[in-house]
Amino acid sequence: MTAATLDQGTQAGLSTRRLSRWTLLGVLVADVLVSLGLFAVTPLQGRADFGVFVLLVYLALQTMLSISVEGRRKAVDRFVLAVVVGSFVVALLPLASILVYTSVHGAKRFDTTFFTHSMRNVGPNDPGGGAYHAIIGTLEQLALTTVIAVPLGLLVAIYLTEYARGRFGRFVSFFVDVMTGIPSIVAGLFIYALWIQTLKLGYSGFAGSLALVVIMLPTVIRSSEEMLKLVPPSLREAGLALGMTKSKVVLRIVMPTALPGIVTGVMLAMSRVAGETAPLLLTLFGIDQIVNDPFHGPQEALPLFIFNEISRPSPEAYDRAWTAALTLIIIVMVFNLLARLFVRFASRNRGSARA
Amino acid sequence: MTLSRGRTALGALGLAAAGLLAISACGSDNNTTSSGSSTPAAGGSSSSSSASGITCASGTLTASGSTAQQNAIDAWTKAYQTACSGATINYPGGGSGQGYKDFVAGTDDFAGSDYALSATQKPAADKRCSAGGGTAVDLPMTPGAIAIGYNLPGVTGLKLSANTLAQIFSGKIKKWNDPAIAADNAGVTLPSTTITTFSRSDTSGTSFNFSNYLANDAPSDWSYGANKQFPGPGTQGEKGSALVASSVKSTTGGIGYFELSYATTDGLSTASIGDSAGNFIAPTAAATTAFLSKATVVGTGGDLALKFDYSAADASATSYPNTLVTYEFVCTAGNKNAGLLKDFLTYTSGAGQSILTANGYVPLPTAIQTQVQTEVATIS
Amino acid sequence: MTSTAPAAPGRSRLLQERRTVPDRGFRVLVIAAAYVVLAILAGIAIFLVLKAVPALHKDTANFFTTFAWNPDNTPAQFGIGVLAYGTLVTALLALVIAIPVALGVALFIAYYAPRALAQPLGYLVDLLAAVPSIVYGFWGLLFLRPYSAGLQTWVARYFSWTHVLGTSTGTVGQSFFLAGTVLAVMILPIVAAISREIFLQVPQTQREAALALGATKWEMIKWSALPYARSGIASAAVLGFGRALGETIAVAIVLSTNYELVSKLLSPGGNTIAANIALTYSDAGQVGTGALIASGLVLFVITLVVNLVARAIARQSTPAGSVV
Repeated sequence: MTAATLDQGTQAGLSTRRLSRWTLLGVLVADVLVSLGLFAVTPLQGRADFGVFVLLVYLALQTMLSISVEGRRKAVDRFVLAVVVGSFVVALLPLASILVYTSVHGAKRFDTTFFTHSMRNVGPNDPGGGAYHAIIGTLEQLALTTVIAVPLGLLVAIYLTEYARGRFGRFVSFFVDVMTGIPSIVAGLFIYALWIQTLKLGYSGFAGSLALVVIMLPTVIRSSEEMLKLVPPSLREAGLALGMTKSKVVLRIVMPTALPGIVTGVMLAMSRVAGETAPLLLTLFGIDQIVNDPFHGPQEALPLFIFNEISRPSPEAYDRAWTAALTLIIIVMVFNLLARLFVRFASRNRGSARA
Repeated sequence: MTLSRGRTALGALGLAAAGLLAISACGSDNNTTSSGSSTPAAGGSSSSSSASGITCASGTLTASGSTAQQNAIDAWTKAYQTACSGATINYPGGGSGQGYKDFVAGTDDFAGSDYALSATQKPAADKRCSAGGGTAVDLPMTPGAIAIGYNLPGVTGLKLSANTLAQIFSGKIKKWNDPAIAADNAGVTLPSTTITTFSRSDTSGTSFNFSNYLANDAPSDWSYGANKQFPGPGTQGEKGSALVASSVKSTTGGIGYFELSYATTDGLSTASIGDSAGNFIAPTAAATTAFLSKATVVGTGGDLALKFDYSAADASATSYPNTLVTYEFVCTAGNKNAGLLKDFLTYTSGAGQSILTANGYVPLPTAIQTQVQTEVATIS
Repeated sequence: MTSTAPAAPGRSRLLQERRTVPDRGFRVLVIAAAYVVLAILAGIAIFLVLKAVPALHKDTANFFTTFAWNPDNTPAQFGIGVLAYGTLVTALLALVIAIPVALGVALFIAYYAPRALAQPLGYLVDLLAAVPSIVYGFWGLLFLRPYSAGLQTWVARYFSWTHVLGTSTGTVGQSFFLAGTVLAVMILPIVAAISREIFLQVPQTQREAALALGATKWEMIKWSALPYARSGIASAAVLGFGRALGETIAVAIVLSTNYELVSKLLSPGGNTIAANIALTYSDAGQVGTGALIASGLVLFVITLVVNLVARAIARQSTPAGSVV
């Protein structure tokens, strides 16, 4: 933030008057003191509320001061800077609080038993037991979902950006948007009715994956489409001018250029489905023992495990639920990290990171 | 260039697959060492299981349904699977409606439900069983008390008549020192705290039976009837009994209803509630069994659906009327896993009843238990 | 298949593409993929309609105006009005809260943060998407509710004259506001991530031109970045809105549901279509399941309408040709 502030200063020119950092610091201190006073005498209360209040008052004071000293344009610029930095901090607050909350509650059972044992023969009030079966289930279901949804989604995104012309393209694009609005539980209901009730293929990890595919597809398509759209047309034209076929242009030029963005989108989509509970409730028939085969018979998954354990009248179960939540978050984060590393590695191989 | 990238991607995929395979080889279903006999519930069950007539059929039993009985089934499953290592019983809950659907679809060997089969449900269930020459029957299995838990520091042994409860849960009484509550609790100093009522936001047999009790014992103050979606206005809805209990715990002046085990876990005070004759009864196992023993079997042809008797208070005033009983739907004949099904249900309706109290339920009254056992013996 | 792709053979293009067999194969493949997605969607729509219609026939009350949900009672009575209203209100609230923050985050990472830190910081925000929805639900209920109670009480006390920012029960807590806030946090990463990628793709020449003309950083953003990114931001917003409309478990846990038309945002109560499905599905009977699927169909239609409107707006506000 300081670097950015200095940067602003140099741009503002030499002759203009501008606020020094010390003035702004003074404003902040005054703001905190006045707010403390207000919170002491008025019904305002709470630490979180105090933070919000101080921030708002600071914004107002800084803007007024800046208008009078530096002029309107500079004041607006300063205001935007504060808002932008502020929103970044605001966005990180929930993340931090969720991580701390989950870690504190999840630490109790974060032990080897938890990661190597299932819940078979663990009674409702027993300590011990673990989520091994759920972890295996989640990993397998997630892998199956990704293997189906990502190639299909990418192809549709390529169709929409590179091949679609006219009404049919708009039609497809419109219905992809509509698909994002399918509530996850309706996706579950659909697969339940089709796969389990009509085709009688039974509950399985794969049935769960199919429900997740329905949820993951539109997100993959939409975000990949946005990233493909951003590839400059000049790159495509250059490829075509060199005599490449269209499919080669798409696969060798457009896709690699958009890859970092696409991977981000895919990771977000995977993160989302990894935590889905509702569709799995209807398709997995979550059970207590280890099942390694996702195609035959019921399987467990981490979100279901959390859902079941947290609603039991037992502190042991409650602890297991939060440890499972922590585990699920860690799994998704590790995936994210691996994907980033992969992108970095891949684009370094290519020589250029971004268009 | 692209070749190397293709290889990288392929390599990553292969690595992921190999990793998955590697992990999938190192887990264990064996929890005997970690869970051991450290809890009284487990200890009681394992000692009794040997003498319970378990003959150890093997195979896998698939069931689903009521979450109200999930802890009971889990405890029974643990005891049964510990005694018979060749048996697996899967009961993921899912709710009474889901249990019925799975039963009708034939994916369940038996289903748990908070309600007996209704007239509209019966035909489809019978149809599923008719292939094997049987019919679908209700077997009462796990009764439990629905406790009224409250959070009012300094006040213990609260008494609430059915009419007072009806007024609280319909938002008519708003303060704890309301004359109606004071009249129920002579000599107790009540604070002027605002009452916050918590109910279940999801549909449940718990809500149905509680509202059914109010509709029967306080008809003048409860016009909303019995409903699985709690019908009282002005309550805060929470998903599941665990959240109702924890909300009551964290809210001074809070009151809510949930299975007795949640009150025990969260250390909440429970109220003695009024029956139709104006007696106050605490939610004990004995009082709940006493109430159930007055129930009459209304099912026919082996079906043991019960009808609760709210009207007649027994002379000793010891029956707790706010009660839930779960049923198992089973086919009388033609079961795929008949041996295991029969053996497991013989255990749950027989020796298994003794571990219910330790898990927050109450055992079936002897008369009903005998009928259930007779019915289970005919399953084929 | 050929008829629906009124494509190119005879059309004159800037550059005529070379066509080879693999090239045609790829083209067929991507078009087939598009049809697969349409088929899935059609399958879902048909399934919803087939299951919904019998239940709607059993409804003895008006499906659109009844404020109750008792499909398994005899006679069955249920209405979608309250649920649809709650769904839209919570999703709109989420959007109103999330969009400014997400844009702020995206701008910060694209233009303000030090170069070396920009990417890691971006990933940090992406991690919000790593939190399962069920954890969001419990976090909202057990953490956010008590911690925001002070602010909510304060707002309710001094702004109740606005009606919307009031509470009818005297208590605050599991309200539309809380649900909207949790949803906002949930849709933040997707909106922020897409906007960020788009801001990063704004041609450097455009940005430098603005700065060279003496524009402040904000003026550069306003004149060269935002117009370029507008359609992308709009579709990010629609994506976030769609997700907020359909979120199930988190809302089911956070909201204290009832079937009343709650107009005061801080008041506990209200319900959404998806949450109602999650809360009542497990115990639903024959008609009940059909009724819930009918409500899913309504949500489907709402999403359809929202997308239509969003497209109309995007078409009007984006000058032709200004965006890729």
